[in-house]
Amino acid sequence: MSTRLASGGRLLERSKRVTFSWNGTRLNAFEGDTLASALLANGKTLVGRSFKYHRPRGIVASGGEEPNALVGLGEGSRFEPNQRATTTEMFDGLHAVSQNHWPSLEFDVGAVNAGLSRVFPAGFYYKTFIHPRAAWKHLFEPVIRQSAGLGKAPKSADADRYEYFYAFVDVLIVGGGMAGLAAALEAGRAGAKVLLIEQSPHLGGRVLIDDVMIGDQTGPDWVASATAELAQLPNVDVRTRMQGSGVYDHGYALGYERVADHTPGDKRPRHRLWRIRAGRIVTATGAIERPLAFAGNDVPGVMLASAVRDYVGLYGVSCGDRTVVVTNNDDAYRTAIALKEAGLDVPMIVDARPRSEGDLALEARALGIRVETGVGLAKVKGKKRVEGVAICAQAGEGAVLEDIPCDCVAMSGGWSPVVHLWSHCGGKLNWDDKSAMFVPDPARPPLGQDGMGFVLTAGTTSGALDPHDAMKDAVLAGRRAADEVGHRHAEESALPHVSAPFETPMLPVWVMPQGAAIKLRSKAFLDYQNDVKVSDVQLAAQEGYESVEHTKRYTTLGMATDQGKLSNINGLAVLAGSLNAPIPQVGTTTFRPPYTPISMGAIAGEARDALFKPTRKTVIDDWLDRSGAHWEPVSDWRRPYAICRNGENVKDAVTREITNTRTNVGLLDASTLGKIIVKGPDAGKFLDLLYTNMMSTLKPGRCRYGLMCNENGFLFDDGVVVRLSEDTFLCHTTSGGSDGVHAWMEEWLQTEWWDLKVFTANVTEQYAQIGVVGPKARLVLEALGGMDVSAQALAFMAMAEGELAGIRARVMRISFSGELSYEIAVPAAQGLAFWEACLAAGEAHGIQPYGTEALHVMRAEKGFIMIGDETDGTVIPQDLNLHWAVSKKKEDFIGKRAHERSDLTRDDRKQLVGLETEDPSDVLPDGAHAVEGAKLANGMENMIGHVTSTYFSPTLKRSIAMALIKGGNKRMGQTLSFPLGGDKVIKAKVVDPVFLDKDGERQNV
Amino acid sequence: MLILTCPYCEVEGEETEFHPGGQAHLKRFGPGSSDEAFRDYLFERKNPRGVHFERWQHQYGCGKWFHVARCTVTLEVFGSYSAQSLAPPAEVLETIQARRPGWEFET
Ligand SMILES: [Zn+2]
Repeated sequence: MSTRLASGGRLLERSKRVTFSWNGTRLNAFEGDTLASALLANGKTLVGRSFKYHRPRGIVASGGEEPNALVGLGEGSRFEPNQRATTTEMFDGLHAVSQNHWPSLEFDVGAVNAGLSRVFPAGFYYKTFIHPRAAWKHLFEPVIRQSAGLGKAPKSADADRYEYFYAFVDVLIVGGGMAGLAAALEAGRAGAKVLLIEQSPHLGGRVLIDDVMIGDQTGPDWVASATAELAQLPNVDVRTRMQGSGVYDHGYALGYERVADHTPGDKRPRHRLWRIRAGRIVTATGAIERPLAFAGNDVPGVMLASAVRDYVGLYGVSCGDRTVVVTNNDDAYRTAIALKEAGLDVPMIVDARPRSEGDLALEARALGIRVETGVGLAKVKGKKRVEGVAICAQAGEGAVLEDIPCDCVAMSGGWSPVVHLWSHCGGKLNWDDKSAMFVPDPARPPLGQDGMGFVLTAGTTSGALDPHDAMKDAVLAGRRAADEVGHRHAEESALPHVSAPFETPMLPVWVMPQGAAIKLRSKAFLDYQNDVKVSDVQLAAQEGYESVEHTKRYTTLGMATDQGKLSNINGLAVLAGSLNAPIPQVGTTTFRPPYTPISMGAIAGEARDALFKPTRKTVIDDWLDRSGAHWEPVSDWRRPYAICRNGENVKDAVTREITNTRTNVGLLDASTLGKIIVKGPDAGKFLDLLYTNMMSTLKPGRCRYGLMCNENGFLFDDGVVVRLSEDTFLCHTTSGGSDGVHAWMEEWLQTEWWDLKVFTANVTEQYAQIGVVGPKARLVLEALGGMDVSAQALAFMAMAEGELAGIRARVMRISFSGELSYEIAVPAAQGLAFWEACLAAGEAHGIQPYGTEALHVMRAEKGFIMIGDETDGTVIPQDLNLHWAVSKKKEDFIGKRAHERSDLTRDDRKQLVGLETEDPSDVLPDGAHAVEGAKLANGMENMIGHVTSTYFSPTLKRSIAMALIKGGNKRMGQTLSFPLGGDKVIKAKVVDPVFLDKDGERQNV
Repeated sequence: MLILTCPYCEVEGEETEFHPGGQAHLKRFGPGSSDEAFRDYLFERKNPRGVHFERWQHQYGCGKWFHVARCTVTLEVFGSYSAQSLAPPAEVLETIQARRPGWEFET
């Protein structure tokens, strides 16, 4: 039974009691606890269930590598699943629930999976779910959906806020243990701008707990004086609760700062994502202890030896009254000694090595601890918690030599340097045979833009497991990092001497016992979170999975949220053993950021709600909003779909707006249209290359509708081009196209036709553009006064500049509705004044503003295309019967070569047609498919095209539609079928897409 | 996130400041060109493991297009130069050859 000890716990504030809730029960803890230490202090050794078999799981580790103790934290809008109890700081009122079980943690129905483990072998998902297909839908999917997923998704929006920070430093040091502190001292003393970040709330790492002397100071004293000196250095910033999450190209790193996880609701941002640029990055991320693979190593109470030591030393928590230590190295003896010194019972140190005669072994024996060598654990007894262990010969097959009752097992399979950050951006590894671990190869670091390595490792991360070697390595790394960014200390201080007990070599032990039979191997877990056992990896190897990347995916080893921090090396070694290949030859899987999962909130930062993406608004926006605008997004803009009068619904508003515009006069805010000035002696020549039609022949003061294609020949933008003067053109683009078309022009000018003398300027937001549209439009302009807008002075497709209502105006007589229509551009600052002047002048003529839906219906009545409706990136102008706008005279324009391709000259391409439904009240759904003839061999209909625009026309009092239909030009008068699912089929006749005023008499007045 | 230098305004910026434009030094094939030449111009791209010439635009800076020579394996940047050039300048080629002995420029 785990419990709180009466004394001890370096990180605890025993004077500050707090309470927290676990599955609804109130429990006591101290400030300084983690949720994991507090749970253990309260005897909670069972904390969750595994993912696949729902096996009982307890706390294994004391840090970020924890695979089991994932919990749901917080409540309501602060609930978050899958949080590691080992890295969750305790605070008063903390609320945690266990997950992956039903109906309760103690009794879980899903645990039946465990009994079925023989029918859930490695690769189960791949093997089972392919055939039969029906079984997927009716059998597997419902069951899997029920039990799948780790934790529960939060149900309400996150109450917290998050932010980004940006930092630019000479040297970023990741890890605030001995090595990180030593490197920071060196780089800081040399004058480099240093940022040291540590993921836990406290600095010091393992020297807080492992007995070392640094110079003449104890570990904790040295940490205190190093921290104090760093605080004095103005060029050094030290941040705790901040993880180095990822290392990316050219010295870019992400820091994940958990600002207020332990003080929820205090108004500070919960997390910060730091985007750091560093000249050099020093990773001082230490090492992680490896589990040993023996039967029952997942029973709650089996823990890493270092974690058991941490809980005693840092948190005053005993993980059990009687702890058996099982190891292949000297370090685990520290745990036995610490437990013994805390007054706890250590019945045996089970050492797999043939001999054990290091300083720590001598000390343990001197304390009266029984040390047995050449032995291992045949199995752990107990289901929901450890009840005892069976000892066997490590070299044998698991014949039991002795049973030892105990309630905790502290295991150590050696240490793996945390090489993740080194590897994220391409740093390479070497295999160290002596300590059976991968270590960074300093000769093959990740490279910066200058071709120099930008990541250095310091201390244990480098593979220096001996504390003195680690200190030396860290000091040199700190000096070198500073030196490489141009800071060298005048006089280098002497290397502090670190003294620690002499350790004898470890012995690689990948399976315990060495000859374990299948019965034992199928209970020896490698990956606790994903339930991958030694036997699974061996099965994968037997089935031909020789690559570690394949084995990983086949067995799911290392694919859980802990990304195999504990399991990868053991799994790799088992695979190598099965393949009879050396470990380095089998290789490692790829290390990818983030180091541990980071919150989605931190990734989003401030980018949520209104700040997610700014909305572009015209100068008329406020007026429209006040006047009943029903908004719709149009690329980055918002535009009024319709402007509803008091109590009017949107549909009625659209109908009223169309009718009023066609009978009286309508007012349109067209300011979102792109406006690009193209100027220079070669402007005409340039536009001839850009547009499919000829622009250089346009006379000043005249307008021409133009099309733009890409090099593949496909139409991507359209608009009216106005020649303002001999060398100046104004190109209108679609509302969504202005930035893209401007960039397109610049790209061609700068990278292909740089000899042309042309400048471009995107003036879209410099002007408000107001459409005055309808039979009474001229009357309104005359009432505004200031310009001759008569049919003689300002003919269709002409432009004039002058003043209207005292405001400088450019008046273009162009029409997208088929009505008499003027588009008037005025300086943006006077846009609203002009809009209001139009409303006042037009009042007598029944003027009413109209929105984008009325615009769309009116253009469809006229058969005008809309980019994005009638085009989809595969449509050429000729498909839309726009041959007249594609020049035959020009030698070249973008898209011309493509139009010569046989596929684009076929006469059975999909072509634009109009559709009239048999029942005029039936409106075809957008995108409805036309079908023809017999079904295809696969049972699908033979589709010949689809509806691109479809409306009910109030003007024609019937439905109208446009469609792209295979060989459409030859189908005039044919009736096509549009099945809508079920038995419903709409029949429609192919007609000319110009439904209204084919001769254009309405606009030529 | 790469760090690149714009040869026009000489700003050293983060990748987010720039817009990538694919392979540099493409030759455009227009009307009259063969189907093969036109296809290659549209779709055939190098994908070298090593030295590569790319187009970039200083999108959130001066707006200029330029070319960058860099290594796709190590991410080392050998230099940047005007987009208004038909081949890499001699000093960029020399830099690459110094860093990658034996490497030759292929058009
Ligand atoms: Zn620039």
